[in-house]
Amino acid sequence: MSAHQDHNTMTINLVVWRQKNANDPGKFENYTVNGITEHHSFLEMLDVLNEDLIKAGKDPVAFDHDCREGICGMCSQVVNGMPHGGQERTTVCQLHMRTFHDGDTIYIEPWRAKAFPIVKDLAVDREALDKIIQAGGYTSCHTGGVADGNAILIAKPIADEAMDAAECIGCGACVAGCPNSAAMLFTGAKVSQLALLPQGKLEAKQRVKNMVNTMKECGFGNCTNHYECQVACPKGINVKFIARMNREYLKAQF
Amino acid sequence: MILDGKCPTGPIQQSWDKHCFDLKLVNPANKRKYNVIVVGTGLAGGAAAASLGELGYNVQAFCYQDSPRRAHSIAAQGGINAAKAYPNDGDSIYRLFYDTIKGGDFRAREADVWRLAQVSNNIIDQCVAQGVPFARDYAGYLDNRSFGGAQVSRTFYARGQTGQQLLLGAYSALSRQIKAGTVTMYNRREMLDLVVVDGVAKGITVRNLVTGEIESYAADAVCLATGGYVNVFYLSTNAMGCSVTANWKAAKKGAFFANPCYTQIHPTCIPQAGDYQSKLTLMSESLRNDGRCWAPKKKEDLGKHPNEIPEEDRDYYLERKYPSFGNLAPRDIASRAAKEQCDDGRGVGPGGRGVYLDFSTAIKRVGADTIKERYGNLFEMYEKITAEDGYKRPMRIYPAPHYAMGGLWVDYNLQSNIPGLFVLGEANFSVHGANRLGASALMQGLADGYFVIPYTIGGYLVGVKPSGTSTEHAEFKKSVEDVNAEQNKLLSINGKKTVSEFMRELGGLMWENCGMARSKESLETNLKKIPALREEFWQNVKVTGTGAEFNQQLENAGRTADFLEFGELLCRDALHREESCGGHFRVEHQYDDGEAKRNDADFCYVGAWEFKGNDKEPELHKEPLKFENVHLAVRSYK
Amino acid sequence: MEFLSTSIGRKIVMAVTGCCMVLFAIVHLLGNSSIFAGAGGINAYAQHLHSLPLPIIMGFRLGLLALLLVHVIFGIQLTIENRAATPQSYAVKATRKATFASENMIWTGLLLLAFIVYHLLQFTLRVTPGLTLTNDVTGHFDVFAMVASSFSGFAGVGIYAAAMVVLFLHLFHGIQSFFQTIGWNNDCTQPVVTKIGNLVALVVFLGFVAIPLSIFFGVLKG
Repeated sequence: MSAHQDHNTMTINLVVWRQKNANDPGKFENYTVNGITEHHSFLEMLDVLNEDLIKAGKDPVAFDHDCREGICGMCSQVVNGMPHGGQERTTVCQLHMRTFHDGDTIYIEPWRAKAFPIVKDLAVDREALDKIIQAGGYTSCHTGGVADGNAILIAKPIADEAMDAAECIGCGACVAGCPNSAAMLFTGAKVSQLALLPQGKLEAKQRVKNMVNTMKECGFGNCTNHYECQVACPKGINVKFIARMNREYLKAQF
Repeated sequence: MILDGKCPTGPIQQSWDKHCFDLKLVNPANKRKYNVIVVGTGLAGGAAAASLGELGYNVQAFCYQDSPRRAHSIAAQGGINAAKAYPNDGDSIYRLFYDTIKGGDFRAREADVWRLAQVSNNIIDQCVAQGVPFARDYAGYLDNRSFGGAQVSRTFYARGQTGQQLLLGAYSALSRQIKAGTVTMYNRREMLDLVVVDGVAKGITVRNLVTGEIESYAADAVCLATGGYVNVFYLSTNAMGCSVTANWKAAKKGAFFANPCYTQIHPTCIPQAGDYQSKLTLMSESLRNDGRCWAPKKKEDLGKHPNEIPEEDRDYYLERKYPSFGNLAPRDIASRAAKEQCDDGRGVGPGGRGVYLDFSTAIKRVGADTIKERYGNLFEMYEKITAEDGYKRPMRIYPAPHYAMGGLWVDYNLQSNIPGLFVLGEANFSVHGANRLGASALMQGLADGYFVIPYTIGGYLVGVKPSGTSTEHAEFKKSVEDVNAEQNKLLSINGKKTVSEFMRELGGLMWENCGMARSKESLETNLKKIPALREEFWQNVKVTGTGAEFNQQLENAGRTADFLEFGELLCRDALHREESCGGHFRVEHQYDDGEAKRNDADFCYVGAWEFKGNDKEPELHKEPLKFENVHLAVRSYK
Repeated sequence: MEFLSTSIGRKIVMAVTGCCMVLFAIVHLLGNSSIFAGAGGINAYAQHLHSLPLPIIMGFRLGLLALLLVHVIFGIQLTIENRAATPQSYAVKATRKATFASENMIWTGLLLLAFIVYHLLQFTLRVTPGLTLTNDVTGHFDVFAMVASSFSGFAGVGIYAAAMVVLFLHLFHGIQSFFQTIGWNNDCTQPVVTKIGNLVALVVFLGFVAIPLSIFFGVLKG
């Protein structure tokens, strides 16, 4: 219980990107928040800042968030240069202030990529990721009239690997972390998930071509194998799925 | 008024098939002339929009998030039930039906529940075909796990992220239809009004959350799949954006709100750590398959490290009280039992609000690796939030608001009392009665979206002239004016208290007086305090910025304003229901051993409330519940 | 062709052309190491190469040139696109997996291009100043004397040693990148491939740099 009675509070200095809308050039603003405990989540710390701002009649910092348990993929903050704050397999909403110290200065920026225009402050528009899925991130099965779930057996290692890829929450941290703003990990994960499973194999060729083409149309960059995406990914999705997509893409040519 | 659920008659086994045949069909060539609006893109809404688009209807889908993939269905962890009976352990459609009726404490409609159990198997097949990577065994077959409230293993799962995987399946089907042009997707739009023309639902008014523009959309039918309302408790496991707004706006336009007092408090959540906390995090109920709940027997042990408390000084209260279900007792029962321990002064952790969930026995039995494989992500999640290692010391858990069994009243066709307004998934009241069993929410959402609404909406549309109303109609104009007026009012108050302060206060009142245990006195207190708080809100709230921009304060203010009205209705429903059943526990109505005492003679009905204005009492309409296939009995898990 | 317009398609082409050039570099290194057998060794090797039919020699040269051009053009094009995709950088730079080598592929690549031009001017076209251009005792061109003359000065050796450092950096990232881009990586191969790639880069670097250094320091004499 001792861990919970410790209520030493911290003062945190924030340098936050403020931008009114997509057309505003934007700039950094400095803020100080007091009374933060180690049990505050990062977003709860921002809540404290926003309450202060509102009471002072100022515009609170806009940031996307929803489930606050690391699964919806809504949050999009680069903390000290690292998407989601850089803690392994952690979204920024699950990052806790115990990883910071009293008096720390923290830089908070939105995802930065041409394909993700800024909506306001730390909120960005990630419709480009939806477009990639719309290009082929599905099996073309109809509702109803499908075979029994056990009609096609799937070896456990295959199902498990497909699940590894399927864990993607679509937050876009891979793009934000990539020095080239490439969406290869995002796309590779979906291509791989469906290429691994027998249900997705039938359309594998057309799928990978369409999704790769769409990536380019949306303005994402090209992969140069830095593997920053893998460390940025809050689900720890492995770059081997990029390799698999490359392989699938090559196979699709023949 | 006595409401009619329009359930099919005759043997229940054939009821859905017979009903499908009786429904009139829309000519395939005519389908594209019909516009259908779907609000919400979770399991129910996403599946519905995809399936209706595929059938050929012209669908417009809306969500408040930046992508349809983010709806809160994504956070469901444990699994989805289906009566496949793969494990050969005696399961059947009838048993799933029976368990759901009993689990719901006999407050759900039999025909709806039967249909749910019947189509549950199709859901699994559908999801597999979509490429949902369900867990498989070494022979390649689908794997099952057990879940609370059932003695068979019928839960299909994808690690601890079943909701995510099923939602992504629905999202992929939806994406396919968006690409095909049958569905138009509107992201970052919040529904702020239902437009009713001559008593028929004909469209919605939404706010474009990016530009702030108020937009009108017309259609021949409106489907609400807008989720539940337990954020009325402020701290809940729901996402921050979950609200009652869409449902409440519909209710204010005449849709009846059924059983709002049936709220589910989930037993295995991470306890609150401080006042600043913005939400609570749930850990899958599946943890109770291997975890044992206990509290110290002696108060003097409270300060001790749990591993130092000897076995004989631990009270494994669920195993003691419910020997046959043990730690797998249904959620309402497990939650109340945890509360009892804490009320008795034996709760652990900050504020004495927590009990232990201990894996040491399971780790000894199957090894830490197996436990890690089963629940690794949950242990990780627990450690991130609490900085404690669940493998080494028991986790601390406490119940938290999680799910709303109540919702807008719908008939067997999922149509509300307003013609043309359909309500799907958690947003309606239909199948869970007074308590939902684990792994049934996903089942209901997908059943409604994939397999119910595509049939029943046709039966309605066939009698409607397609594209009959445009947004030029006076009702649409009026609706936009009303929405603008409310927003302008919120922005002009410029008071002293923030929106969150009001929401926190309302949540406190709801949790304290209308939470896991309710009494006449506590509810009457709320019926006085909530209107006063609402009044204060409209005098003293501070919302910064303008309406014509991305303004999250304004969004929250609108949602809070609706909760302040709806919270009162919830308490009123709880006060009127003089019995204890499922998630609704009235302290006046309990047996000597503290078990819930249902009153079938007086309350075996659905209570559906008609909004009459904030200054007037709502009117109660009843739909009597008949049990012809399951014997109405005291629910026992002993 | 669609393949050559997409990100992955062009990268696969870069991977394959890069791989071919690495293989050429290895063969080139093996051939050049005949210099350690003295003037006779390298001169005999050169004579053998030049005795091949002209179409083969020219075909090979043109092939290499084509590989190089495709690699360079796509490399520049992809880099320009990548810069365009990232209009604004972060205030705090905190890369964790990217290396100096991976981040500077375009610069190491362009430096190598410049070096290759210099190298061809020097040893293929033999137009750089200060070269000893004579025949050996057998009456054939004395490659050893030419090489030795160019590595006798600090500048000559310095340029080559620096170029080989640049080559090392380029291959350090490039070789393992090939396996990823071509799609041969998985859980098991990735760490192995990375290690082997780095080792090959090191061997190529040491092998090539050994020649000018051993001449400069007088270890290797005609």
